[in-house]
Amino acid sequence: MGLRVENLRVYYRTMRGDVKALDGATFEVADGEIMGLAGESGCGKSTLSKSLIRLDSRMKLVAGSVELDGKMLPLTDHEAMNKYRFAEVSLIPQYAMSALNPTRKIGKMIAELVRSRGFSYRVLLPELERRLALVGLSPDVLNNYPIELSGGMKQRTVMVLSTLLDPSLLIADEVTSALDVSTQRAVAETLVQFRDRGFVKSMIVVTHDLSLVYQIADTIMVMYAGKLAEKAPADKVVKEPRHPYTRLLISSLPEVGVRYAERRLVGIPGRPPGLLDPPSGCRFRDRCPLAFDKCAEEPPFVEVERGHEVACWKAM
Amino acid sequence: MLTLEAISKVYKVGAFGGRELTAVQEVSFAVGPGEVVSLIGESGSGKSTIGRMVLRLASVTKGRIVFDGTDVSRHTGARLKAYRKKVQGVFQDPFSSYNPIFKADRVLHMIRDSFFPGVSASQWRTKLEESLDAVRLDPGQVLGKYPHQLSGGQLQRLLIARALLLDIELLVADEIISMLDASTRIDVLNLLAELKERGLGILFITHDLSLGHYLSDRSVILRRGEVVEIGPTTEVFANPKHDYTKMLLASVPQLHRKWDMA
Ligand SMILES: Nc1ncnc2c1ncn2[C@@H]1O[C@H](COP(=O)(O)OP(=O)(O)OP(=O)(O)O)[C@@H](O)[C@H]1O
Ligand SMILES: Nc1ncnc2c1ncn2[C@@H]1O[C@H](COP(=O)(O)OP(=O)(O)O)[C@@H](O)[C@H]1O
Ligand code: SF4
Ligand SMILES: [Mg+2]
Ligand SMILES: [Mg+2]
Repeated sequence: MGLRVENLRVYYRTMRGDVKALDGATFEVADGEIMGLAGESGCGKSTLSKSLIRLDSRMKLVAGSVELDGKMLPLTDHEAMNKYRFAEVSLIPQYAMSALNPTRKIGKMIAELVRSRGFSYRVLLPELERRLALVGLSPDVLNNYPIELSGGMKQRTVMVLSTLLDPSLLIADEVTSALDVSTQRAVAETLVQFRDRGFVKSMIVVTHDLSLVYQIADTIMVMYAGKLAEKAPADKVVKEPRHPYTRLLISSLPEVGVRYAERRLVGIPGRPPGLLDPPSGCRFRDRCPLAFDKCAEEPPFVEVERGHEVACWKAM
Repeated sequence: MLTLEAISKVYKVGAFGGRELTAVQEVSFAVGPGEVVSLIGESGSGKSTIGRMVLRLASVTKGRIVFDGTDVSRHTGARLKAYRKKVQGVFQDPFSSYNPIFKADRVLHMIRDSFFPGVSASQWRTKLEESLDAVRLDPGQVLGKYPHQLSGGQLQRLLIARALLLDIELLVADEIISMLDASTRIDVLNLLAELKERGLGILFITHDLSLGHYLSDRSVILRRGEVVEIGPTTEVFANPKHDYTKMLLASVPQLHRKWDMA
């Protein structure tokens, strides 16, 4: 049944007003789907991720709803959400690796987390060890402090922990961005393996690295300035993107083979708008090479062909 | 300009420093003015340790670091400060370079205090704006903010701007791109390329070969503290000799080819 997000708006309350970090997102993630979520820094990827798990005190739900496997998630009710967090929907936060408590052994930390959710560590331990072995880790890591593990080992430990209760949805926020290429590949392949083994049904893999997420994702969703720009099967997004922003994003990627001296790649001129008081109409308008009069009106996020949604007047 | 002559780094590890760990072993290479040299290897291969030795943030166990004809590997005090005016570094994790209780732009003001005490407020302001502009930061959006109010990309660009405030000859860039998103990445890479054209030497530390390939003149491939391959970037990439280099190349995610997964 998967995830259905309907017109989700989540703002940050600040002294100067609301930061409209997520401003109306409607999309679905099907069972078995790995969806890559990409976009420039600050476009709202982490805000979307956090919204599905825990709204912190500065975040406010302005509108919208989230349905997981047919049940509405009680997003604003912290107590009621406890039942779903970790068990049904699990998040590996951005910078999770550096957030591990350095004074706690890994095993002890996992035990505390599991117990706080009302499960027995002793009962779960054999499965925990089996899964650690599956990702190439010895049960000894449970006796290690976080600093004693390499980045890749830490990240795999966090992945095993986050999926221990077989959640329906796993959100992995930038889990590979601090790793080297060979470790990145191992971690990315582990994500696929977790889906294939049924540890999780579906996944949102948040990243700014389109080339990486392309390797493992079934679909890719691109965000821009708090809005959805495009969602389609991964191959479509990479080979036939329809949104001008997606096109520019893809053409700015350095691939092995491209050299500055021979072909200078270009970034996207300009900056994304501030989200405290975002412009009306299409938010990409002042950077878009195709902008025309109509773009003063906000383009809806609509299906342009089966499974391919775009928010752009030129793409309809 | 910069020549590393068989430098090694041995760390004392374990309880009471009883064991030794050789993080870098007899590494030699050079970086000339206007040259970008990529230092490429897996995590733990010793890249950052080399970068930190060049910046003199870590001591050099053995070997010499020669800069403009002088061995700087044992410099201290005023001579070290003079060296740092010409050689600066930017690192991967932008967060660790900031103290969360101070505003982020403190890192810029500290440069003024220690290197430009005589510069007037308006001259300083112009200098600041130039370097922020070079890294495409809007002063209004970043000045006066605390680190937690800025994104990783913004913090990283602020640190590059900080290095640019000094008229440096060599920049050590340690994985500065990996936390940035695609379009910012290419801007920062192009920025480095422009700085190179103006004569800056760059030691570009990365695990991402596509980034190294895009930018650098020469590449040094590092494995467990030792150089396994070194040469002009185009050659290393077109015709990698060492299996390790080949493995690194095969791991790079690319848009025109998917990994074949077991
Ligand atoms: N606590 C906060 N208070 C106010 N604004 C915030 C807060 N956290 C995030 N924002 C703002 O919300 C917007 C979206 O931030 P978010 O962290 O979701 O971006 P992101 O897409 O995950 O970026 P990155 O790629 O850098 O991780 C940004 O404009 C950011 O500055
Ligand atoms: N301060 C330190 N004390 C002890 N060992 C260290 C220290 N810094 C790095 N090392 C070790 O030196 C080796 C090389 O590390 P590093 O230079 O950080 O590699 P890289 O930057 O290539 O990932 C690793 O085995 C690492 O654990
Ligand atoms: S709606 Fe207009 S401004 Fe927005 S992306 Fe499409 S063409 Fe560009
Ligand atoms: Mg984020
Ligand atoms: Mg390093």
